[in-house]
Amino acid sequence: MNINATLLGQTIMFILFVWFCMRFVWPPIMQVLTARKQLIADGLAAGERGKHELELASRHATEGMHEAKQKAADVIAQAEKRATQIVEEAKGQAKGEGDRLVAGAKAEIEQEVHRAKESLRQQVADLAIAGAEKILRREIDAKAHAELLTSIKSEL
Amino acid sequence: MSGETLTSSEYIRHHLQNLTFGKLSDGTWGIAHSVEQAKEMGFWAINLDTTIVSFILGALFLFIFARAAQKATAGAPNGLQNFVEWIVEFIDTSVRGSFTARNDMVAPLALTIFAWILLMNLMDLLPIDYLPLIAHAAGLPFLKIVPTTDPNATFGMSIGVFVLVVYYSIKMKGLGGFVGELTLQPFGKFGLPANLFLEGVNLIAKPISLALRLFGNMYAGEMIFILIALMGASWASVTFGSTLLFGSQIVLSLGWAIFHILIVTLQAFIFMTLTVVYLDMAHQEHH
Repeated sequence: MNINATLLGQTIMFILFVWFCMRFVWPPIMQVLTARKQLIADGLAAGERGKHELELASRHATEGMHEAKQKAADVIAQAEKRATQIVEEAKGQAKGEGDRLVAGAKAEIEQEVHRAKESLRQQVADLAIAGAEKILRREIDAKAHAELLTSIKSEL
Repeated sequence: MSGETLTSSEYIRHHLQNLTFGKLSDGTWGIAHSVEQAKEMGFWAINLDTTIVSFILGALFLFIFARAAQKATAGAPNGLQNFVEWIVEFIDTSVRGSFTARNDMVAPLALTIFAWILLMNLMDLLPIDYLPLIAHAAGLPFLKIVPTTDPNATFGMSIGVFVLVVYYSIKMKGLGGFVGELTLQPFGKFGLPANLFLEGVNLIAKPISLALRLFGNMYAGEMIFILIALMGASWASVTFGSTLLFGSQIVLSLGWAIFHILIVTLQAFIFMTLTVVYLDMAHQEHH
């Protein structure tokens, strides 16, 4: 246990060790620790931000869905209204068309009746003339009494 | 036991002697083979065991830590990196707690002191006779495996700390400030001799108390290990007394070793903390 030159050796060794530690050991480890601290802080911040964004997005989505539902309901209501309108229009049109057809048919029938009447009248007149001719073959001159015959025909 | 013929006091003396290399009394250089020979070598001799063991331990510490530092990543740390970071953070926290000025040197200094002293103290837990026995077989007369039981090692460190304390005192306060602190308080300039005496003792006491506290604790611990080891050494034959002593040795050395783990760590921590505190005082204007 004598104090001897070991003392100097130990002091020198101590200084060298401290120097080495200060130069090569401490700074890189502290750097890594600081970097990790930053990394963790960033990660936590990102997580927080993500959570916030998720909340925002879900709220947004709910709003969008609500709006879409509203719109869909509007569209359906509008479509229904339009459909009714179209049906009404079609009904009106069909009715008009039917009326028109009925009127046309009626007119045609009337015309037909008229024509039949006319031909009947002609035939009756012819028949009357033929009968009168047979009776009055000699007495009645067709040409002389044409005016009279026409007036009779028109009265029929 | 290093030899059958040793008496108890010889055994103890043998265990407390360093392997000293120096100039022998006949003028040649060599290893001292007795306590007296080592004493005669005077100052210019070197304790080979202290020097080599402390160098190996310090180098081991720096090697492991530098390796971990090189490979360290900010991502998830592996086992070694985790361990190293744990110690570094522990040191960093204690330094931040007791050192208020800004100095990038103090924390690595504290780490080196703590780890190095811890490793040197831990040598105390190795079985007390094995390594000297091996050394004896290799032809070495002495081997003291715990460097901190050699005052050279503890004073070596505390002198380094003392130099730093003086250096930073002068650097932070100027030479005038440092001298003023030594001479002008606590009694003002008319009590100058008293001030110088008090503050001088205060200053010198720092390295001496640092070194002696560590040395004393480790030396005492080592001494108790030696005394416990002596119990089993009285083994003569299978008698009740011998068996009891032998059993007591096992139980006691186990108990003391477990308790010693606490002392080993505590002493390393105290040395480190006091160094930081002394350096903090060196950075302060008033203390």
